[in-house]
Amino acid sequence: MHEKTVAELSRELESGKISSVELTRHFLDRLKQEDGQYNSFITITEEQALAEARAADERRAAGQATPWTGIPFAHKDIFCTSGVRTTCGSRMLEHFVPPYDATVVAKFRQAGAVCLGKTNMDEFAMGSSNESSHFGPVTNPWGLTRGERRVAGGSSGGSAAAIAARLVPAATATDTGGSIRQPAALCGVTGIKPTYGRVSRYGMIAYASSLDQGGAMARTAEDTALMLNVMAGFDPKDSTSIDREVPDYTATLNEPLKGLRIGLPREYFSDQLSPEMATRIREAVREYEKLGATVREVSLPNASLAIAAYYVIAPAEASANLSRFDGVRYGYRCDHPKDLMDLYTRTRAEGFGTEVKRRILIGTYALSHGYYDAYYLKAQKVRRLIQQDFVNAFQEVDVLMGPISPSPAFIQGEKTDDPVTMYLEDIFTIAVNLAGLPAMSVPAGFIDGLPVGLQIIGNYFEEGRLLNAAHQFQQVTDWHLREPR
Amino acid sequence: MQWDIVIGLEVHIQLATKSKIFSGSSTAFGAEPNTQASAVDLAMPGTLPVPNAEAFRYAVMFGLAVNAEIGRRSVFERKNYFYPDLPKGYQTTQLAQPIVGPGHIDIDLANGETKRVRIHHAHLEEDAGKSLHEDFHGMSGIDLNRAGTPLIEVVTEPDMNSAEEAVAFARKLHSIVTSLGICDGDLSQGSMRFDVNVSLKPKGSDTLGTRTETKNLNSFRFMEQAIRHEVERQMEILEEGGQVVQETRLYNGDRDESRSMRTKEEANDYRYFPCPDLLPVVIDDDFIDDVRASLPELPDARRARFQSQYGLNDYDSGQLAGDARLSAFFEDAVHQGKDAKLTANWILGEFSARLKAEEKTVAEAPVSATQLGQLVARIADNTLSSAGAKKVLEALWSGESSDVDAIIEAKGLKQVSDTGALEAMVDEVLASMPEQVAQYQAEDNPKKRKKMLGGFMGPLMKASKGQGNPKLFNEILIRKLGD
Amino acid sequence: MSISREDIEKVALLARIRVDDAQIPALEKDLGNILTLVGQLAAADTDNVEPMAHPLDAVQRLRPDEVTESNQREAFQAIAPATENGLYLVPKVIE
Repeated sequence: MHEKTVAELSRELESGKISSVELTRHFLDRLKQEDGQYNSFITITEEQALAEARAADERRAAGQATPWTGIPFAHKDIFCTSGVRTTCGSRMLEHFVPPYDATVVAKFRQAGAVCLGKTNMDEFAMGSSNESSHFGPVTNPWGLTRGERRVAGGSSGGSAAAIAARLVPAATATDTGGSIRQPAALCGVTGIKPTYGRVSRYGMIAYASSLDQGGAMARTAEDTALMLNVMAGFDPKDSTSIDREVPDYTATLNEPLKGLRIGLPREYFSDQLSPEMATRIREAVREYEKLGATVREVSLPNASLAIAAYYVIAPAEASANLSRFDGVRYGYRCDHPKDLMDLYTRTRAEGFGTEVKRRILIGTYALSHGYYDAYYLKAQKVRRLIQQDFVNAFQEVDVLMGPISPSPAFIQGEKTDDPVTMYLEDIFTIAVNLAGLPAMSVPAGFIDGLPVGLQIIGNYFEEGRLLNAAHQFQQVTDWHLREPR
Repeated sequence: MQWDIVIGLEVHIQLATKSKIFSGSSTAFGAEPNTQASAVDLAMPGTLPVPNAEAFRYAVMFGLAVNAEIGRRSVFERKNYFYPDLPKGYQTTQLAQPIVGPGHIDIDLANGETKRVRIHHAHLEEDAGKSLHEDFHGMSGIDLNRAGTPLIEVVTEPDMNSAEEAVAFARKLHSIVTSLGICDGDLSQGSMRFDVNVSLKPKGSDTLGTRTETKNLNSFRFMEQAIRHEVERQMEILEEGGQVVQETRLYNGDRDESRSMRTKEEANDYRYFPCPDLLPVVIDDDFIDDVRASLPELPDARRARFQSQYGLNDYDSGQLAGDARLSAFFEDAVHQGKDAKLTANWILGEFSARLKAEEKTVAEAPVSATQLGQLVARIADNTLSSAGAKKVLEALWSGESSDVDAIIEAKGLKQVSDTGALEAMVDEVLASMPEQVAQYQAEDNPKKRKKMLGGFMGPLMKASKGQGNPKLFNEILIRKLGD
Repeated sequence: MSISREDIEKVALLARIRVDDAQIPALEKDLGNILTLVGQLAAADTDNVEPMAHPLDAVQRLRPDEVTESNQREAFQAIAPATENGLYLVPKVIE
């Protein structure tokens, strides 16, 4: 049962072959048996899930089902879930039970989906390997097949690993600098980061507000399309949410790709890319040519500045976003504060992990007196240059393709000593966030038994075209169906 | 040495919107602690701000009222600092691109001249919560009901040169925002709070001295005292050859003392940057035209109208027009009482004195405009003497009765104005006082005659049981005694 | 690029994060490396380039002035570290 996609499970529920309660029990059993080795979940909500499954079965019996009614899935632990603790991977929120739902959570609830629990993540979504979680690292299921502890990628490593290990058919995720695409690539699953503003950020704990975007992860492009059909849309509670009609993303999955113009950014095939990775990506692009697409080289001349701009803008926004964690109204509070200053400095020193503190300090520095122009303002200007590169490229092509990560999943601990080495993991994904564009990661083969992801970047609000391109690729390849064994 | 005093003000004005600037919580004053603090106000993780349209409308009204440029594109920024009454750890405010640009307000000086005070800009921002310093086992209590109440902060140029001018500006500002209806103007509830920047420079010098900022003054009186206090403090330092330290000070009005605030190691560095949760607010011509068209009457225009429409003098019209509620009360009363000058006299006299004595606002007055109008009408038609009118007002005020005519009736305050009856009384009294009549007629000095005339008034009032119209008695007496 | 001990202490104070002496050398190294990375920005030619705060060139939508929230103090304070009489408690605030 756990081999099936969301689309397949939805049809089986509809036909009455299985009930949501059966399905939910099955996945809960697997989760409890298997997740010890991956650590992909922070919280499993067995009771709530079964209650939701029973309600879903009743709703289906009453003829009021949606495609999601009764489907088990999971939320990244960055989305606030009313009555269920929401940790954001941090000691700061280890016992935080929000009395409200994120808009994304409310939407899945309304659709009747069954949430099995909350997936592991880098603390406050700051990381590229899921090793900064207060609840321990997530282990990549593909590495384990070779007896190795490899990273699942981050920050949405829990969602990616859980899907790869068939513990859930789908999970929500978020992407600030590559946090959906990179773990999806490293775990061999499909992930989409929509256009900035497409999915509400309300109740999604902020890391860097102008870059954060909620999105979807599943095994197939079709399933992520089904997820976006639920998640996308205007939210009056989010000022940066875009009031624009949401298409049915499944309706265009089968459009032919003949004539699709693909651009390959020269800068994404530089020497930072391993030769094997370059080969896998070019092979994937060749499949598209077989499907009738045309390919040309394009240039994103400022791409090399993306990491630098990101590591000013994201920490700067984070330094303010994380000021609310002060031990006063909720969350961690240090023992016996002797005065107000002690309450603040000790609560935050003890409640935040190393990487989070590093980014808060860098962000504070970049905004502080005398440095604002050289760092923050400069980074915002470079951000526009980077966006302009994409605007120019999309004058000539429909989508851009390239790698997601420089190399496949690395061994845990390999890059934790040097933050900058870790930051360079996101060299191919970060520019998309700065520009606010939609992008996907699609399984595109293996290197030494470890999965590789193809990145497809689209123009603003062209999620439908991306999903179409990914779905057609998945009709002629089976990388996305391979299971770590 | 002679010194010039230089004063600039920063005024926080709470806007009278129903809901907060970034959330749908109520802004009503006086609720139980933290019952009007929503997830957004408490800065719960993942919550986001959505700005209130009315706050922008009010800010634009203010901008138009002070002849300012309206910021067509205004941007919210984050001002970062930690304080328990600031839940997000930053205040959402405006800095580089405020909603209201440079403008000005004209104030009347004591010498009859008018002075223009320039406004540097005014911006929208959110209020903080309150720290309650009562002792909770050595802890402070935090109430976040006020957190997120919309404010406009008005920043002036350093154009004022005395405490009186600063207070005149503050009163005029109060008069403008209450006339616009964008602020309830209740200083005792913190609806307007003043920060004063004071510096001294040698008389005639072009170079500004070092200034201090005295924060959070919440009455005109404290503001005036705080400025005087600060001027004296700085003068003493400078005259002893010392240097004024640029700092923020707190003034204690009860003790007329001030002290330095936050002088600790921390140099403020607010790390302002544009708030990424909010987009630029764009105000177009249509919006501005719409606001302009619906702008209520402003104090200066109202004052001019009171003079032309009601014939009030400069002083009375200024006193009334400066206070929007008092103006409305006046016009409602005139509608009943007809005699505008008499109405103005009673409102600015007896009525205001009673309010002041009881520390009440116009809204809290136990006597309505209609009642006051009826009272004035009864004075104007000679039913009431001014002494009788005071008695009626007292009865209205105490709640003894709410009907003017019923009070007059019950208390027997109606003046007798029947000339025939009054003449008969005069004849009777004059007949009983032949000596005084003879003395009066023999007297040449008009002053003395006038005084002697008063001697007949007592017996006349007694004869009329206090209800004779004194004016008419006077006329009849003069006629009968011969001039 | 390097960052001094004084800078780290100043920034840590602004950010209200206690940093012990033992942590300073590692922070000097890591933050210094990060600043070297972001120092690449200096080389970019950004004359006449407008800073970009948001990915989309959108304009703020405004909400009607309506009270939509009701009292949820009990639910919110159930997850608070310290409250009394409906107030959040903190070590004494001295102005």
